[in-house]
Order: sequence, then C-alpha cells, then structure tokens
Amino acid sequence: MRTIGQLRRFAGAGLLAAALVGCQAAASPSATGGGGSPPAGGPAKTIVIGFTTSQTGSLNVESTRQQHGLQLWIDDVNKAGGIKLSDGTAITFQAKTYDDESKADRIQELYTKLINDDKADFLISPYSSGLADASAVIAEQYTKIMVTTGAASDGTYKKGYSHVYQAYTPASHYLTGAADLLAKLDGSAKKIAIVHENDKFSSDVAKALTDYATKKAYQIVVNEGYDSGATDFASFVNKISAASPDAVMGGGHFADTSTFAKQLHEKGVKPKMVALLVAPPEPKFAEIGDAALGIIGPSQWEPTVKFSEEAAKTAGATWLGPKVDAFVSGYKAAYNEDPSYHSAGGYAAGLILQAAIQAAGSTDADKVKAAMDGLNMMTFFGLTKFDTGAEAHGLQVAHEMVYIQWQKGPSDKLAKQVVWPELAKTAEAVYPIP
Amino acid sequence: MLSQFAASLVDGLLIGFVYGVAAMGLTLIWGVIKIINLAHGAILALAMFGLYYLVSWGGLNPYVALPLVAIGGLLAGYGIYVIAVRRVVNAPPLSSLLATFAVNMMIIGTATTVFTTSPYSVTFDAGRVSAGFVTVPGTRIVATVAAIIVTGALYLFLYRSRTGRAIRAVANNRDAAELMGIPSGRILALSFGLGTMLAAVAGGLIATFFPFTILSGDAYQLKSFVIVVLGGLGNPLGALAGGLILGGLEGVVQVFTSASWVPVIEFGLFVIILLVRPNGIFAGRR
Repeated sequence: MRTIGQLRRFAGAGLLAAALVGCQAAASPSATGGGGSPPAGGPAKTIVIGFTTSQTGSLNVESTRQQHGLQLWIDDVNKAGGIKLSDGTAITFQAKTYDDESKADRIQELYTKLINDDKADFLISPYSSGLADASAVIAEQYTKIMVTTGAASDGTYKKGYSHVYQAYTPASHYLTGAADLLAKLDGSAKKIAIVHENDKFSSDVAKALTDYATKKAYQIVVNEGYDSGATDFASFVNKISAASPDAVMGGGHFADTSTFAKQLHEKGVKPKMVALLVAPPEPKFAEIGDAALGIIGPSQWEPTVKFSEEAAKTAGATWLGPKVDAFVSGYKAAYNEDPSYHSAGGYAAGLILQAAIQAAGSTDADKVKAAMDGLNMMTFFGLTKFDTGAEAHGLQVAHEMVYIQWQKGPSDKLAKQVVWPELAKTAEAVYPIP
Repeated sequence: MLSQFAASLVDGLLIGFVYGVAAMGLTLIWGVIKIINLAHGAILALAMFGLYYLVSWGGLNPYVALPLVAIGGLLAGYGIYVIAVRRVVNAPPLSSLLATFAVNMMIIGTATTVFTTSPYSVTFDAGRVSAGFVTVPGTRIVATVAAIIVTGALYLFLYRSRTGRAIRAVANNRDAAELMGIPSGRILALSFGLGTMLAAVAGGLIATFFPFTILSGDAYQLKSFVIVVLGGLGNPLGALAGGLILGGLEGVVQVFTSASWVPVIEFGLFVIILLVRPNGIFAGRR
C-alpha cells in the first residue's frame, strides 16, 4: 500500500516533469520564420557589407544607381526576415559605405577602414573598373570575399587573386557584339573608327574590339584615346569626319561619352552606326536630345530581358531572387526612378552573395568562398558563373551583353529598344542613323 | 588631311576668341592695378554655374542670361577688390598674389561643398553652320560674335569715354592721375570688376560648349597666363590676338599628334616667348 509520503513524491515528480515539458515547448523555435524583423526565436546575426560609393565626382550618376540597387537587396532580404541557415540562424545585412569621390587614391584607405574599423564581413566593389581594381587589392590582402559590380575590366582577374568575383560581363565582350551587329546589318561596311577614354576599362574594351574587328576584316581608320575628364572632342570629331567610317565605336564613362555624342551631332557628322559605352543605356542619356537618336550602347541588363525560372531550368542553373518585373517595380517604388543596369548590377551582387551563403549554409569565409566557386545561377540580371582556374579566377564566364538603341517612338519621343542579340531584341535596329 | 586641318583650325580660332576674352580680363587687371588675379579661374567657373542655374531654374535662353552673368561678374569683382585687394594694392607683389589666391581657394572650397565635383552641363542646341568641309556648332559662332562685341565695347569704353580715360590714366601713372583729381580707389575697383566681368563672360560662353565643374576654371586660367604673356601684359587687343594664336595652335596640333601634347606645346611656347620677347609679341602698344 502506498504511503502518503510516496504519493507526495510521486505527485511532486509528476509536476516537475510536466513543468519541464512545458518549458521545452515554450523554448523550441517556431516552425516558420514569420514576416517582419526581428525573426521570432533562434539566433540572429547581422553581416556587415562594406563598399564605397562615388557620392561626388564624375562617376556619381552610375555609382549612386549601383548603391541603390545593392541597398534595395539588403532591404528586401531583411524585410523577409533575413537568410535562414539550416541551424535556424537568421542572417540580416547592414551596409557600411563611404564617399570615394570617384578617385582611386581614396579607395585603399577607405576599404582598409571598412575592414579594420567597421569589421565588414563581405565587400562589394565601387563602381568602375579603375576603382574596383584598387579595391580588389585590399580585399585580397585581407582575404575578404569581394563581389565586383560595375566593373568589367578583365585585367583585375588576371592578377592571381582568389577572393574577387565579377558580376558583370567582362570588357573584352563589350563591343564585340556591336561588330557582329554591324556585320549582320550591312555586309558592305568596311571602316570602323574607335575613339575611347584612356582609362583601364575603356582601353580594354577598345583593344578587344580592335582585335576582334581586325579578325573580321574591318579596317580601323581611327584609333585614338582621350584623357579622362576631356570635354573638347572637336579634334576627334574632325578626324572621324575626314576618315568617313561606316561606324564609330568607343566612348568611356557617362559624362565624356554623352559629350562626345553631343559634339558628333553638333558638328553634323553622321556615321551609319554609332556604338558607345556606358552612357546610352542610361535613361539620362536622352537629355542630349536629338543627338541621342540612333546611338547604340551595350548594356549589362535591360528591363525588357527575358530571364526567368523556366529559362534557368533550361540553362541548367539555379534561380534566385525576384522576377524581372518585380525588381523593376520594387526599385521604382523605392527610388522614384527607372532602374538602369548599374542598379541591376548592384542588386545582383547582393543576390550572388546570398546564393553563396545559402549554398554554404554558413557565413564562414572559407565555406562561402567554396560556394562562390561552385555557383551556377540565374537571376533577373542573367546568368552568373565564375572562372575558377588559376589564370583568371573570378572572371565572369556566363553573363552576356544586350545592345540597346535609342529610337523615336509613336509620339516622337526617344525610347530605348533592345536590338541585339536576336533572341533578346524588342525592335529592329535602325540603320543607317537618320 | 587638308579638310581636317581646315576644320580643326577653324574650331581652334573660334574657341580662341573666347580664350581671348578671358585673357583680356586678366591683362586689364594687371595693366591697371599691377596685380595678378589668381582668382581668375574661380570667377570663370562660378560664372559657368551662374549661367547653368539661370538657364535650368530660370528657364532663360543662355544668351539672355549671359548679360546677367556679366553683371554678376562685375559686382563680384568690385566686392572682391574692396574686401580683399584694396589694402594690398600698394604692398609688395607677393601680398596681392596671396590675397587673390586666398579668394580663389575660398571660392573653390565653398563651391565644392555646395555643387560637389560632379560635372554639370548646359543643354542648348543652337544648330550648326556648314561651309564646305567645315561644320561649326551654332554655339561657337554666337560665342565668337559675342567675343567680338565685348572686345569692341571694351575698346570704345577705354578709348572713347571719360571713365575709360580715367582708367588709362590710372594705369599710366596712378599718382599723377590722383593729382588730376581722379578718384583712383574707385577706378581701381571698377577695373578689377571689369576684369572679372570679362572672365565671367568667357565662363558663360564656355558653359554653352562643354560640361564643367568648379575646377574647370583652372585650365582656362593657365591658358590666360600664356596668352597674356604672348600678347603683352596690359594689352587687351594683344590678349585677343594671343587667344586666337593659342586657340589655333591647340586645334592644329591635335591634327598631327595626340591631345596630350597640347599643354606641352602651349607651355613650351610660353617659355620661348618669355626668353625671346618677354614683353609679348605685340609689345610697344598700350
């Protein structure tokens, strides 16, 4: 027969057991992460993304758009509760940025600061190949993973770095498509004039174009470089006028390319095709008015591209991130402007990092690096895959350029149309320029 | 080659007129007040911004806004003289140099904070004029006409008006002029203002050609120094001629070599003139 004492002990143990079970239930993390921040239950971790923005100087326009794109990605990820790792940790992101004034000699100091003082976990490059090249040195030195965006120059990836990854199509592929387009539009075209900025990126593009066009039996009648920040292109326009080429190709960054296009028009020089770097895809390019008509520009991305989950499946790549339309409307809502490819590149850089962290299941630098090496993905921006060989580690090998042309729309307003490659086009190219 | 040469020469000469106007401002200040205005480039660049804002915010035609910019330049110069230069006019040359240099740095510093160093441009299409194988944008033609008008007006003012005569008197011999009852202080201030006004006119015209930042004035200030030495210090017509020579040279050099050689040749010429004819090509005319 049980004594009262035994009954009490039995009841006490039972109560204790019930209490323990109850505590356990309360402590276990909820099944779904839920909406807003902070995430319910489970540990949370904030990763610092470090980069510089050209808030002043000649690269201001493009750099700000790139930063907007990256910030939008950070906001979107954080709003969704962050990236969920397999152990339940929610990774949210925080941006840390400084003004590099569009100057290379500010870069090294600022990136060192981002790494040492601000404890940046991952780095994004500044906009432009020259600045990105300077920042890559620091990233590699401190063995921090850096995704470069807004930076197309091939040279950066041939220096033996292993921590720097390129989001953009390399410079060597920038204007080669324009030469292909010219061949398709006019078999009798023979002469090309190349006028380019004397900086790293534009010179790389010009060299690759010269080699490619020469191989295709074109005659390069003018091949000249102008100093960065040049404003007077009269002598170049005169040289072009005297050489009577079928096509003019080249340019540099936004400010000088727009001015060059404007002065070509002002002096009444009318080649049959004009293909210039960086500026034409920018919505702001249309501000030069009729001078923009017919100008072709290579673009890393356009709002009319057809990348999707289905396309990813066909290409054998994993899909990540918002659809093209969703990105465009989200960006417009956040910044009250149309996204340019610089904006898209900024967002894509974030998605690349996200994909690597998710694939690695961790924010540990070595694991993320291994995941980056193995990425084969598609986003609204296009395909992303990196060269992992020793010679060109980090070079982008899957992303391709699209070519736009400014054409007069129904209400006589200037609008961009994608004219090349065939699969991506929204309108036929206008040739020759009217 | 000939067509390219002709086109580049014409381009160079047309822009040379504007260089000449800028240099006239510098040489006038030197000729009358005997100081070198190191704020010349900064005023020129400020005028570019002035034109930009009058056109984009005020909706004015650039050539309607130009006289307003000129008046602004005149008032700014008068103000700078009264505040910074007046007291060092009779001091050793280094003091006046430092005074105008200080004004230059203050203008550039303030403007960099306000406008940043991102390029601005005035979008204005004035059509184009063609003659044979030379096509010139309308903005250059208008600028040349404006430069000629300004030069003519300056000449008439200096040689046909009382105040102009007073200015020439002060330039010739300040003490004697004072003895004749000319208020030299006011004349000096007016001359400085006229000098900066010419810089402002040049800046406004250049803004219709090229994009600019607050630092753009430096290049034109350097060219102005070369032109002033070419044309003879204190000689406004010499400055215009010097501007044409320099502009023409710039245009023509680029036909044969790369644009990077232009400053080398410009300053090489500067040194040669200083060695061979230090009073300028047109020395002896005042």
